[in-house]
Amino acid sequence: MVDLIAISPLEGLLPLSIGTVTLSEDDPGVMTGIAAYKGKEKALSTALKKAHGMAAPGPNRALGKAGARAIWFGHGMILLQGPKADKALMRHAALTDQSDGWAVVRLSGAEARDVLARLTPIDLRESVFKRGHTARTELAHMMASITRTGAQSWQIMVFQSFAKTLVHDLRRAMERVAARKV
Amino acid sequence: MRLICPNCGERDVREFYYAGFAAALDRPAEDAGVEVWDDYLHNRDNPAGEARDLWYHESGCSAWVVVRRDTASHAVLAAELACDVKAGGA
Amino acid sequence: MRIEGAGLINRDKPIGFSFDGRPYQGFEGDTLASALLAHDIRLVGRSFKYHRPRGIMTAGSEEPNGLVTVGLEAGQEPNVRATTAELYEGLLARSQNRWPSLNWDLLSLNDLAAPFLGAGFYYKTFMWPRAFWERVYEPVIRRAAGLGALSGKPDNDRNERGFAHCDLLIIGAGPTGLMAAWMAAKSGADVIICEEDTRTGGRLNAETFEVGGKPGHQWARAITARLSAMDNVRVMTRTSVTGAYDQGTYGALERLAPDVAKRKGAPDEAFWRIVAKRSILAAGALERPIAFQNNDRPGIMMAGAVRAYINRWRVSPGRSVAVFGNNDGAHQTVADLQAAGVHVSALIDARHHASCDLEVPFFPGAMVCNAHGRKGLEAITIRQASGSEKIQADCLAISGGWNPTLHLSCHMGGRPEWNPDVQAFLPVEGMVPGMRAAGACRGKFSTRACLEDGAQTARNVLEDLGIRPARVVIPKAGDNAFDISPLWAVPGRGRAWVDFQNDVTVKDIKQAATENFRSVEHMKRYTTQGMAPDQGKNSNVVALAVLAEATGQGIPETGTTTFRPPFVPVPIATMGAGGSGKGFAPQRYMTSHKASVARGAPMIEVGLWYRPSYFPLKGETTWRQSCDREVNMVRQAVGVADVSTLGKIDIQGKDAGAFLDFVYTNNFSTLKTGRVRYGLMLREDGHVMDDGTTARLGDRHYLLTTTTAAAGDVMRHLEFAHQCLQPQMDVRMISVTEQWAQFAVAGPKARDLLNDLLNEPVGDESWPFMSCGEVAIGGVQARLFRISFSGEQGYELAVPARFGNSLFRVLLDRAEAMGGGPYGMEALNILRIEKGFITHAEIDGRVTAFDLGMGRMVSAKKDCIGKAASMRPGLMDEARGQLIGLKPVGAVKELTAGAHLFAEGDEAVRVNSQGYISSAGFSPTLGHFMGMGFLQRGRARHGEVVRMVDHLRELQALCEVIDPVLFDPEGGRVRG
Repeated sequence: MVDLIAISPLEGLLPLSIGTVTLSEDDPGVMTGIAAYKGKEKALSTALKKAHGMAAPGPNRALGKAGARAIWFGHGMILLQGPKADKALMRHAALTDQSDGWAVVRLSGAEARDVLARLTPIDLRESVFKRGHTARTELAHMMASITRTGAQSWQIMVFQSFAKTLVHDLRRAMERVAARKV
Repeated sequence: MRLICPNCGERDVREFYYAGFAAALDRPAEDAGVEVWDDYLHNRDNPAGEARDLWYHESGCSAWVVVRRDTASHAVLAAELACDVKAGGA
Repeated sequence: MRIEGAGLINRDKPIGFSFDGRPYQGFEGDTLASALLAHDIRLVGRSFKYHRPRGIMTAGSEEPNGLVTVGLEAGQEPNVRATTAELYEGLLARSQNRWPSLNWDLLSLNDLAAPFLGAGFYYKTFMWPRAFWERVYEPVIRRAAGLGALSGKPDNDRNERGFAHCDLLIIGAGPTGLMAAWMAAKSGADVIICEEDTRTGGRLNAETFEVGGKPGHQWARAITARLSAMDNVRVMTRTSVTGAYDQGTYGALERLAPDVAKRKGAPDEAFWRIVAKRSILAAGALERPIAFQNNDRPGIMMAGAVRAYINRWRVSPGRSVAVFGNNDGAHQTVADLQAAGVHVSALIDARHHASCDLEVPFFPGAMVCNAHGRKGLEAITIRQASGSEKIQADCLAISGGWNPTLHLSCHMGGRPEWNPDVQAFLPVEGMVPGMRAAGACRGKFSTRACLEDGAQTARNVLEDLGIRPARVVIPKAGDNAFDISPLWAVPGRGRAWVDFQNDVTVKDIKQAATENFRSVEHMKRYTTQGMAPDQGKNSNVVALAVLAEATGQGIPETGTTTFRPPFVPVPIATMGAGGSGKGFAPQRYMTSHKASVARGAPMIEVGLWYRPSYFPLKGETTWRQSCDREVNMVRQAVGVADVSTLGKIDIQGKDAGAFLDFVYTNNFSTLKTGRVRYGLMLREDGHVMDDGTTARLGDRHYLLTTTTAAAGDVMRHLEFAHQCLQPQMDVRMISVTEQWAQFAVAGPKARDLLNDLLNEPVGDESWPFMSCGEVAIGGVQARLFRISFSGEQGYELAVPARFGNSLFRVLLDRAEAMGGGPYGMEALNILRIEKGFITHAEIDGRVTAFDLGMGRMVSAKKDCIGKAASMRPGLMDEARGQLIGLKPVGAVKELTAGAHLFAEGDEAVRVNSQGYISSAGFSPTLGHFMGMGFLQRGRARHGEVVRMVDHLRELQALCEVIDPVLFDPEGGRVRG
């Protein structure tokens, strides 16, 4: 009997604290890509609400909280984080396991937004990108999902193979931001 | 330059991949003939003014977008999801 | 010389610096220019072409003369404007474009040859012999005429870039910008206000004007403090907005304060991309010189700059100063100098109607017509109706009026309009969508007018944005009318400088007009006026006024040249900050990365991925030894390779089969669940795009694989095919490349290895070739595909990525116990060439299914992308290159990829080429080199001998054309 050992793509890279900002690994649990079939968007939303307590989030929005979160994940795509997707959803949507596909980090602190502003072109202003907002965008040349999970905290996801680059680029930005503060 | 993604809103052009004119949406039938296919594959207008482009929101939401913009002033006039354009136009 | 009084420097903080190797001292708040002037250093550089002595002329970023090199080694920065270089302890500055020294410059001989070096000189002189231009003339000219140089060392990577967003970007924090910011911020708009200078205030820091009953700079400081305390305002000092781009995007270069920049990990410069819904250009105005003979002598400065040095830095640029102007600024200059206790030897006012109430020798209706003193001004000659007069002066302050700093408004191709009242070009509304000019930037030259215009312009912008303007009080300030009589160039003999940075004189411009370079754009290129770092900030309007006079056109008809970004020079290193080393491109690592590196495998880049080239064992000294061993190992025992980099796309939905039929040439709707099929994908133009296997995991569920290199392209292509061509199809897709770690296990012992590992053994019958399904390894659910890229009994085993590292180690342990082990990209390549399997070396974008001998894979029963175009006669011509195999049959036994193929007796020249080798390598299995390639009518030429010629490697070999499948053509091994 072989016992395979699970290793995170971020193994040995985190946590990291520089200045007011902390970068740590996030373990959101099971992750499932959910893409509603043609004309099944409403049925999926109802089923999602029934099974996991959250409706399907609209574009650029995330619902739920740590432990059970539904994130809009692109054109016609939702990512369920936390619970294992209920089988009932399969009637309305294509489900795909994404639990191992992503490096997921949490960036938090008073200047977390300043750090992000060095890496992503999206508008991160308080009035524009609020808690519960999410974006598919680019982070230092990597396709990323960025979700604001709190007043000063963000969940960032990139493909797991990019884990080292993600930490490298965030660390560099954290150093730059910290050095500017007296 | 900034483009509009119907899903994501206004975004920096770096997130998009350019794929030429929206004429690519009107794929001829298999047996349409050499001239029609030649036209579809190769022949494009080069307007100084309003143009309909195809852009792929590659490092964003993966939507294909039809953008109406002015090649002279660079103004972006409108954007629609390509799948909606097809569904509406078909 | 430094004079009494507070100014805006901190005399309690002396700062040591050096210029051309000599130590000096300045104060906190000084620029390099003010500190040099405090030490009476007037000669700071040599001019571009004639190497004439030059001194500081301005007090801002428009400085044409005072360019120096700062720093050493990798930190060396050339062409730094001394007028904006903030002084810091230990600053090392050197003058430029002189040899052996600034004071004694050999190439100043050029100045004596000036009659021969005028406009168009290069174009006329260095034409013959033609070959001399590149080898002789250009290097010599470049050495003689030039600016500072880079160190040649790699950039020190001390920069950063970032993005910022706001409702309103205000460019310039003088009275206009500050008032606009105050109005907008009080009304609740998100405001970014950028200021080039180290402090806000603009001209208020240089003048003695009062605002709201207190000194102007104090008002600026107070309102800035209030703005900085607001959440919706970002005040960015030391930040030059460098360009205006489409959809409200602006570039901005920020220099960090020296005390911040010296900290560990801190950047010294940052490049910002600012996105603003609206912007207000409140960049003020630049004073322009007046051309007259020898007007470039060190000590001749702009009047506004003299006031700045006196009032802000408490430095007098001279001990006996003369002032020359055509507007009231000249009078203010005299007043400020006298108030500071500096002797003023004359006030020369070109306006005949001017009067003066100051106690100074006053010459209305007069002009300065010559300047004396080579390395520093000693005297001037003035001319008036009554005759000429020589006046002693070591500094001459000039004002020819003001040009609004409208450059950014022109960055999108708009043209400004001439305004005769202020004798200047003014921006026109709408030149940059979303931008409005305000204050001095649109010809409002009094402080009061600037404050009012700032507030009003902000009000207009707020209305555009749908924000209700707040009530703000506009402080009291001076409101003098602007009175100017145009004067561009004083008539007379000798050389009168227009463009100081490029050594262009009035005579040069007139000559351009004489030679019919009458359009302003042609004049610019002929004379070089307006080029180089300052882009003609001082000289443009004077130049075109001179041109207008020479051509007999008016100034409005003559027009301006085009201002383009950047407004100030931007170091490429800053614009591309973070892009060197690891920041150049992200790196993708497989889960086996660490284990491969630990085994000494050299990693090679495949796209963004890093893959092991080979796994050297002790005693192996060349890659070939390792590669040959690994190939033999796979053929004889079992090998393990990480193939996770291949693109994997999960496709589901009731139309998934139909969709695959549309994107592949062959059929997938007919594939049975649990089976795998090889597919060929075309571009719509009929050429092969990619290939790979697709597995049917369920009734409505497929898993498509792509090559490593094309994974992104294929995803985009599939989304296009769905969203743009077949949106009615009910199909959903998502990349699962990263979800699964996938390993090839290949060789006669592959099944034995797996059966030692899997919970349930797999049999040859139960898992035939091209089958797939779920398996379990301990508690981990895995996917198994019986596919082979080596021609051996082969499987690919996929586990969730978190188990990849662990599975790789387990597989290697088992393989090694069976006489096998890991194999890398080199062996993988040899194994597939032996089998005639194609990669992107073959499908390079120019190749069709027909060329590959896969024409029959294009199903006749259905349409698919690329089908119609692939049937064009030209793409099915027998004379096209067709895929063949090659083996050497002559004395030379080596084959190389990239070599061309010729008929044996033909000369090896381009027109005789009949094809090329796409892949080649040594086959340890066959014991000789082998190749794959494309040869005209190749399929009909098996058995024929052709000549391979590699011009790059100077290699020739005779080879026999054979079938591309060199090993086990029956395919028995794969099914074993």
